[in-house]
Amino acid sequence: MKKRITSLLTISILIFVFIIFYKSLNTINFYKPKSEIKDIPQFSALSFYSNEKIDSKKIFNKDKYYLLNIWASWCVPCRDEHLILTDLNKYDKLEIIGLNYKDKLENAKRFLDELGDPYKKILLDKDGTKAIEWGAFGVPESFLIYKKKVVKKFIGPLNANSLLEIEQIIK
Amino acid sequence: MKLFNIIILFIVFIYLNPVNATEDKLQNKITKNLRCLVCQGQSVYDSDSEFATSLKLTIQNKISQGQSEEQIYNYLMDKFGEWIVYEPRFNKNTYLLWFLPLLIFLLGGAIISKKLINKK
Repeated sequence: MKKRITSLLTISILIFVFIIFYKSLNTINFYKPKSEIKDIPQFSALSFYSNEKIDSKKIFNKDKYYLLNIWASWCVPCRDEHLILTDLNKYDKLEIIGLNYKDKLENAKRFLDELGDPYKKILLDKDGTKAIEWGAFGVPESFLIYKKKVVKKFIGPLNANSLLEIEQIIK
Repeated sequence: MKLFNIIILFIVFIYLNPVNATEDKLQNKITKNLRCLVCQGQSVYDSDSEFATSLKLTIQNKISQGQSEEQIYNYLMDKFGEWIVYEPRFNKNTYLLWFLPLLIFLLGGAIISKKLINKK
């Protein structure tokens, strides 16, 4: 009797362990930082076109929505996303600001020549430290901003769903 | 001969002691306690991703500005959440994590000492 209980217990523990391991094998355990940043960070960066220093205070100060988009010419998902940015560019209520992340100037210019330039302003982030100020950890990432507050953060490329979401917010 | 072995062992031990290692710089200490969010499972110190290199630069800047270790952690947790540090902060969600081992240790000690006393 005791032997049977022991073997039954062993088998059930084994099955239990197996199920746990099997289940966790299939779950994706990738952490995305929850955006705790509500106020936009203050920083100054060089402008893409004029090479002068622009203060962030002078950018996000109109009564408009802003979409800060972190991009780079070497980033493949940014290419797909670019169509959506071009689409969003038609709204007067929205200004798209680019943050060019760790890029070569000539490559970035070629990228914009090829795909179009939806950005009102582009700031340079040569060493990636400005993206850190925004709590971003990769490209592309986008922040929808209203009255100097981050309304919504998009990690990864914008897609049709995020387009709808942005359109709904700014309406 | 025995003394000689002990001395060698002692030297090796001192040499391996991280306190005496030359790499004991504040920046390394901080980056080793940070998770790289791109290649998760690696520390920022170990990672060469774009994110990690930028983060190392940011930390270097902050240190040269005279910020303390705690200030830098707070800054990063503000940006990326508490998950970025390996060592969990002490708060209402983690107090069990910090105290449970100590509690189990004390409980075990109590059980053992009780048994020993009973044996006597």
